[in-house]
Amino acid sequence: MKMSMVILILCTATLVYVQVPSGSEILKKIDQNITSESKIISSKMTIHGRRGSRTIESKSWIQGTDKAFTEYLAPAREKGTKMLKLQDQLWTYSPQTDRTIRISGHMLRQSVMGSDLSYEDYLEDPQLHNVYEAQVEGSEPINGYDCWILQLTSKKDDVAYDTRKIWVDRQRYVVLKENRYAKGGKLLKTIEVKSLLKIKTRWYPERVVFKDVLKSGAGTEFTVDKIEFDVPIDPYIFSKAALRK
Amino acid sequence: MIKFLFLGLLRDRSRSIFPLLIVSAGVALTVLLHSWMGGVQNDMIEANANFYTGHVKIITNAYLEQIDQIPNDLALLGIDSIMSTLQNEFTDLDWYARIRFGGLLDIPDESGETRSQGPVMGIAIDILSPGSQEKDLLNLEKSIVRGRLPQQPGEIVISDAFAHKLNLNIGETATLISSTMYGSMAMHNFIVVGTVKFGVTAMDKGAMVADLKDMQYVLNMEDAAGEILGFFKKRIYNNLMANKLVQKFNQLYNQPEDDFSPKMIALVDQRGLGEFLSIYDYYAKIIIGIFVIIMSLVLWNSGLMGSFRRYGEFGVRLAIGEDHSHIYRTLIYESFLIGIIGSICGTGIGLAIAYYLQVHGIDVSYMLKQSSMLISDVFRARITSTTYYIGFIPGLLATLLGSAISGIAIYKRQTSQLFKELEV
Repeated sequence: MKMSMVILILCTATLVYVQVPSGSEILKKIDQNITSESKIISSKMTIHGRRGSRTIESKSWIQGTDKAFTEYLAPAREKGTKMLKLQDQLWTYSPQTDRTIRISGHMLRQSVMGSDLSYEDYLEDPQLHNVYEAQVEGSEPINGYDCWILQLTSKKDDVAYDTRKIWVDRQRYVVLKENRYAKGGKLLKTIEVKSLLKIKTRWYPERVVFKDVLKSGAGTEFTVDKIEFDVPIDPYIFSKAALRK
Repeated sequence: MIKFLFLGLLRDRSRSIFPLLIVSAGVALTVLLHSWMGGVQNDMIEANANFYTGHVKIITNAYLEQIDQIPNDLALLGIDSIMSTLQNEFTDLDWYARIRFGGLLDIPDESGETRSQGPVMGIAIDILSPGSQEKDLLNLEKSIVRGRLPQQPGEIVISDAFAHKLNLNIGETATLISSTMYGSMAMHNFIVVGTVKFGVTAMDKGAMVADLKDMQYVLNMEDAAGEILGFFKKRIYNNLMANKLVQKFNQLYNQPEDDFSPKMIALVDQRGLGEFLSIYDYYAKIIIGIFVIIMSLVLWNSGLMGSFRRYGEFGVRLAIGEDHSHIYRTLIYESFLIGIIGSICGTGIGLAIAYYLQVHGIDVSYMLKQSSMLISDVFRARITSTTYYIGFIPGLLATLLGSAISGIAIYKRQTSQLFKELEV
C-alpha cells in the first residue's frame, strides 16, 4: 500500500513537472502568435490625458520584425504624418514641413503622438525570445484566464526595458498583462490586454491599455480595427521616398 | 570758528592731506563695494525676471507642480479672458503671455536631409503686436548680432553662438521639432532672420525666440499659454507689493482642488530665488559690514595718529592758556571737517567708478561657460539712494570717533608738567 502511494506521488509530481513548459518555450509560442511574414493593421489609439481624450487613427504595414511603415489618418492635424522603421532606425515625415527627420538619441524616449508609447517601444524587436531570457515564476489567473507568470531579463544592454514581468494565457499563449522595468528596477510601464481577436489559428490582442507610470493621465488605449496576416506588401513602402509620397 | 579751522587745515597740509586721502580712499572703496554687491544681485534678479520668472507669474496649479519640465500640456487655457481680467484689475503691472518650450532645431541641406541639429530652449513672446514691450524686456533690439528681429509670422531669432554651432546663415530655414500641448510631435519650418547675444550664458548656449502666435499654432495651443508674466511698471521688483498681489489674486481666482485653476507666484517663490537672494543678501550685508568696520578702524586709527602727532601742538596751546575743552572741541570740529570733505570726495570717486561699472560692467562670461543658471554674463554695479550715504558711515563717524577717543588725552595733560614735557 505504502509502495503504491509513493509511486502515485512520484508519477503525479513528474506529470506536473512535465506540464510546466520552460520560459523559452513560452516566449517562442508567444512570438509565433504575434509575428508573421507580413501584416497590415488599421488601428485607433485613444489617449486619455489629464485634460480629456483624443483618438488618432493609423494604418501600419509590417514586414517581418524589422520593417514597418505607419501613416496617421486622423485627426486633421496628424493626417499625413508618417513613420518608417528599418531595423534599428526610425524616421518621421511631417507634411506641414515636408521634412523627413531621423529620430535618434534622446528623442527616442519621447512619446508617440502624446501617447503612453515611446518611439523606443516602436523600435523594439517584437520577438521576445530574441531579447529576453525567461523564467517561469508561477501562475495566476488574469480576467478568469489561467496565466503563467514569467520574469524576463534582457540578454542585451541596449534595450529599453531591462526586465519585464509578463502574465501569459496558458491556453492561448498571449500576454494578458505586462509590467516593464528600468535597470534599477523602477516600474516604467504597465500593459493590460482587454480583449483578443482570433484570426485563423492565432490569438492577437485587440484592445490594449498602455500606461506610462511616469506620466499623468489614464493611459493609452490601442484598438485594432482590422488586421490582415501574410499579405503581399510592395517593398517600395519601406523606403524613405515613400514617406514623402 | 569753522572758517578759522578750515583755513588752518588748508595752511597746515600735514594735518589735512594724509587724513583726507585715507578717508577718501576708504569711503570710495565702501561706496564701490556696496554698489557692486547690489548691482550683481540686481542683475541676477533682472535676468531671472526678464527671461523666466517675471516679477510675478501666473500658471496652473498642475503646471506649478512640474514647472521645471515645462509641462505645456498643463498650460493656461482662455488666455485672452485672463489677460483682460489682469489688465483691468491688476493695473500696477504689465502682463505678458509667454510659452516656454524645448525641442530640437534641425537644419536641412539642399535635399531636405538633416545638415546639423541641436537641442534648443525656446521662448515665445509677443514680438509682432505693435507696441509690445516684450522685445525691450529681453533687450532684443540691442542684442542683435546679425540680421534683424522677426517682422512677420514664421520668423525667428536664435542665439549667435548656437547659429555658429549649427553653421546656420541668416535667411536659412530651421525646422523646430517639439511637442504639442497634447504631446504629439510638432514640426514647423521657421526662417532664421537674426542672431542675438542674450548676455545670459544659459540662453546663449542654445535658445530661440519666436512670436507667441506662431508658437500657439505650432504647439496646438490656440488661446493657451504656459505662463503669464507680470512686471511692475517701474520695472523694479518690490517683494512686499508682489506678495500682496499674490495673496489678492489667489484669494480671488485660485481653487486649490482644481488642477487647471490659475495660480500666481512671486519672483522669490521661483527657482529657489527667494532662498538664494536671502543668502546673498545676508552674506552681502556681512561683507559690507566687515568692510565698513575695517574701514572705520583704519579711519579711527588715522584720527588717533593725527591727535598723537599733534601732542606737542596741544601742549603749547595749553601752555599759552587755551582751555582743555576748547582744544578738544576744535579737534572734533577739525575731524568733522576732514570726515565731511573726505566722505564727499570718496563718495564722488566711488560713484564715478561705480557709474562706469554700471554702464560698462565686467564681462565674466568666461567663468560661466558651463553654467546653466540664469545669470547675466556682464556683472554691473548699481547706484541706488543708499550708495550716496553709505560711505559717510565709516568716513564721518569713524574719523570723529577716532579723534574723540584720542582727544581725551588732552584732559590728562597737566599745565604744571607742560614745560617739562615740552623740554622748555
